[in-house]
Amino acid sequence: MAKTKVKYLAVEGLPKGYLLLLGVLGLSTLIGVLSAHHMETEGHIITGMNNQIVWGLPHVFAVFLIVAASGALNIASISSVFKRPIYKPLARLSGVVAIALLVGGVMVLVLDLGRPDRLLVTITHVNPKSIFTWNIVLYSGFIGVVVVYLWMMMERKMNAYSRPVGIAAFIWRLVLTTGTGSIFGFLVARQGYDAAIYAPMFIVMSFAYGLAVFILILFAAYKATNRELGDKVVQRLAALLGIFSTGALFFVAVYHLTNLYATEHHGWDAFVLLGRNGGGVYATVFWLVQVILGSLVPIALVFSGLAHQSRKLLGLAAALVILGGFGQMYVTIIGGQAYPLVLFPGSEITSSFFDGVAGSYSPSIWEFLLGLGGFSLALAIVAFAVKILPFLPESLADSVVDPHHSD
Amino acid sequence: MRSLTRTLVFAMAAAMLLPLASLAEVPFPDIPKGKGDQCVAPTDVIRQTHMDLLVHKRDQTMHLGIRTKQYSLRECLNCHVQAKPDGTYPDIDSKEHFCNACHSYAAVKIDCFQCHVARPDDPK
Amino acid sequence: MSSNNDSKRSRRTFLKGTAAVATGLALAPGVRLLGVAQAKADDEAVTGAVRWGLLIDTAKCSDCDVCVEACHAENGVKDQGDPETTPQWIRKLMAKDKMTGHVVTLPMMCQHCEHPPCVDVCPTGASFRRADGIVLVDRHICIGCRYCMMACPYKARSFEHVDVTDQAPHAPRGKGTVESCTMCVHRVDKGREPACVEACNSTGQGAMVFGDLKDSTSSISMALAEHGGKQIRADLGLNTGVRYRGI
Repeated sequence: MAKTKVKYLAVEGLPKGYLLLLGVLGLSTLIGVLSAHHMETEGHIITGMNNQIVWGLPHVFAVFLIVAASGALNIASISSVFKRPIYKPLARLSGVVAIALLVGGVMVLVLDLGRPDRLLVTITHVNPKSIFTWNIVLYSGFIGVVVVYLWMMMERKMNAYSRPVGIAAFIWRLVLTTGTGSIFGFLVARQGYDAAIYAPMFIVMSFAYGLAVFILILFAAYKATNRELGDKVVQRLAALLGIFSTGALFFVAVYHLTNLYATEHHGWDAFVLLGRNGGGVYATVFWLVQVILGSLVPIALVFSGLAHQSRKLLGLAAALVILGGFGQMYVTIIGGQAYPLVLFPGSEITSSFFDGVAGSYSPSIWEFLLGLGGFSLALAIVAFAVKILPFLPESLADSVVDPHHSD
Repeated sequence: MRSLTRTLVFAMAAAMLLPLASLAEVPFPDIPKGKGDQCVAPTDVIRQTHMDLLVHKRDQTMHLGIRTKQYSLRECLNCHVQAKPDGTYPDIDSKEHFCNACHSYAAVKIDCFQCHVARPDDPK
Repeated sequence: MSSNNDSKRSRRTFLKGTAAVATGLALAPGVRLLGVAQAKADDEAVTGAVRWGLLIDTAKCSDCDVCVEACHAENGVKDQGDPETTPQWIRKLMAKDKMTGHVVTLPMMCQHCEHPPCVDVCPTGASFRRADGIVLVDRHICIGCRYCMMACPYKARSFEHVDVTDQAPHAPRGKGTVESCTMCVHRVDKGREPACVEACNSTGQGAMVFGDLKDSTSSISMALAEHGGKQIRADLGLNTGVRYRGI
């Protein structure tokens, strides 16, 4: 085991830049909350959502943040569960980022409700068969488990328990992402959903999205605090990002191959892959944003070695993975609803209620601001947390993270 | 420094007394008269427990299809909301509306009339 | 108590019932039959002894929308200006077979499934199935998450995107919650037929039958036994309460 002690230090002082950052993030969160208030007062008529596309941009943001949250905890899991000591100094930050992203995502989800004032009803009236109910338990429990995990890691007397609690947190996060994927996987009626692969696919996607967010936060934090961030750690993270992104792309490929094999699903795949019957937006986002920019380019950046040599390029790869993640959520959530329900296979259906045609959706600024508010809240929580408690190692220089390192 | 503290204490005390002062200025509401002589339960019982009675009845009607008249919101409105001289019914936001007369006085939000219409049933 | 007494009483009840049915027939043939024979008392809770259902004959249904208009008038569902957000509790659907060109037209609404996906996914239990098979939204506990709309295979539900005013007294509806066909539960509880069925049979094409699927002597059960009636998306195994002929 490593004998070198890693020293954790809260961010010192109150530099102007830090206050500005917190101010901007706080303001953006406030704008998000006010937008939600406006949506509640005026009704969802001011959003782009309608009776065809019932979940819109807020859900794209919320599900991305929640999926990324579970993935961000991975760094800590690799250290405690899989005993890779090089990740250990990053474990605390990993836990903080995980909680922050989850809180941001849940905020967006809750504020988009038609009746957010009735949130407490979810506690007084519970339908145990609903996946949403499971997710309410999974999300609140996740925060609890990770808080305890952080405590075990940060309180020396409790260090001995950090592995068992870490294992519990790891299992919890796998179940959580299974629950999130199953929101779509269990929807029997829609062509784009109703597939068990959604659960494992969301898990692998969470690895990639969570890590990408984590890398950018790590870079920003070490640059802003002038602390040393060695290549050893960074290169490990770069390699992981490549592997996870490839894994996510593999699941996407298997999902679509299955659809392409079964005639029943050809309509949906023609819609989302070729843009037929009004699926143009989704096909474009799928290929350009999710596959090329969000997967192939970052994978190439990593496996060509470029991302290992240049932090700028690794940062770019991580940003692209996040962009791809938003693209994927857009295609999955909006595209999946836009494809019309198949009520009579083999028939063309028409009605005054948009049966048989692709649902149309143009998001409004209010939805976007709400989503952005959730993201800002997540980042604000991280910024605040590293300021008040010792989450960040004083240094992540190669000599600190790897005692066998020789210059 | 001390004078500043004193000012603050005074300001806080004033702020705490302010609601009392404003309360004194609000007259007890003029509760509109209903139809008939008597309510389905004594007034003090209704005043204290109407919300529980309504919720209980609501669940019975909604889930079990029990449509008796006692404690039904519709029946409350049928008796207590009476047409104005011009034949129209008072708006739920106005103090002439039976429910709102008290609720605005007590500053308690009603979560019924976002969905339920606040006038009596249509004449049959 | 002697069984003799019981059998006497049941015979009397039976006779009374027959008389009532006969009176019903005499007073208002056809339509009122159901009302007189099956109206439950106001203080009686609904039970699983009945299951309400609809049978729609697409051969009779034509290019007419009196059912839609009757439903929306009955329940106070009004045009809100934007067709993409205006709720529709029932709609006319036209299905044209891509190969044969055969066209079927039918009313589409909540199918009142025995195993409704909307009820499964609802986190608060606001989406629920009454003992007599009618699927409803309890808007007192609906939080407006719209997961039921994601889950419904029939696009039967609508979300209220704006403030609603001047609702029908028996059909409360409001912003931020989800609503759909109630099978005119307020009428059914009083022994009447849903508005769509009444309209279809009086001024429409007479294509709809309403009744108790568990009563083998009801007109709907007899029609189903004789002619059959298919479910839309029968593959999902939801055992819908609304059945169609000619699809």
